[in-house]
Amino acid sequence: MADESRINIRNPAEIVTARQQGRILAVQLGFDGSELTVIATAISEIARNILEHAKDGEVVISRCNHRKRYGICVVARDFGPGIADIDQAMQYGYSTHKGLGIGLPGTKLLMDEFHIMSVVGQGTTVTMKKWRH
Amino acid sequence: MQVPILKQGNYLIASVQSALSDDDLRLLRDDLSDRVGRFRSTGVIIDVTALDVIDSFATRTLQSVAQMLKLRGAYTVIVGIRPDVAFVMVQLGLTLADVGAALDLEEALEHLNNRRRRNLYEHRAKDTGEAGRLGRAGSSPNRPGLSPSRANRRADREGQPRSGHASPRSMEHGR
Repeated sequence: MADESRINIRNPAEIVTARQQGRILAVQLGFDGSELTVIATAISEIARNILEHAKDGEVVISRCNHRKRYGICVVARDFGPGIADIDQAMQYGYSTHKGLGIGLPGTKLLMDEFHIMSVVGQGTTVTMKKWRH
Repeated sequence: MQVPILKQGNYLIASVQSALSDDDLRLLRDDLSDRVGRFRSTGVIIDVTALDVIDSFATRTLQSVAQMLKLRGAYTVIVGIRPDVAFVMVQLGLTLADVGAALDLEEALEHLNNRRRRNLYEHRAKDTGEAGRLGRAGSSPNRPGLSPSRANRRADREGQPRSGHASPRSMEHGR
């Protein structure tokens, strides 16, 4: 697909790059003010998750279509330790690090679709979408 | 990038220019903490107008800076959270406790001034009610004999009526 950007996440500066790229694509897709911030924040949360838990990963941002709808699709992939208990990780306020425990569950609230897949020892992939309404 | 800090009377103003990395944040925290002590500031304004995203990490960071400054005797006011940023913060369930918020710098200064005036008034009007707050603001716990009213009078004698946050410092002076 033409409009796709892939950002490696290895340091905090790249989190900023990822959310800026997300914002740029979202503008192209016609998202407006608060939706842009929603998307940028979701990317920020998910990218920080990669950095904090896996140290190394990537975020791929692209346009997605479903029947007549279109929107933005964000895939965050890492090859870190994986999540043993996804239900627990998705609990509001639960954190293995000293975070607020808002990252994953919060991001799910922000986006229209949110899917997380993880294999212990292999890594985690989060796929999330926001549709244009 | 380092966050510039300006001094304005009893207050410090830190203007965040770009997204904060962990290191920037540590630097800002230490810088503010140091200057609050050096300039005896009673209020700190952190301007976040330039931030297009305030996620859980940024919130946690701002919160910890404010809490640390509180222990150093200064109250923190966050300025310039954009409406869409506020919207997302609410959706995420992010809150800033013990931190004031204002639309712009002018309002933030007014907020701090009002707070100072109010604290001073409360001190004069009611001695006992403020005792707990004084103790928490960092005064020495093994000097229970020094009542807030005495601390206040002492501050007044020094020619600078100070707010509740600053009173423990006046006590330090007197030691």
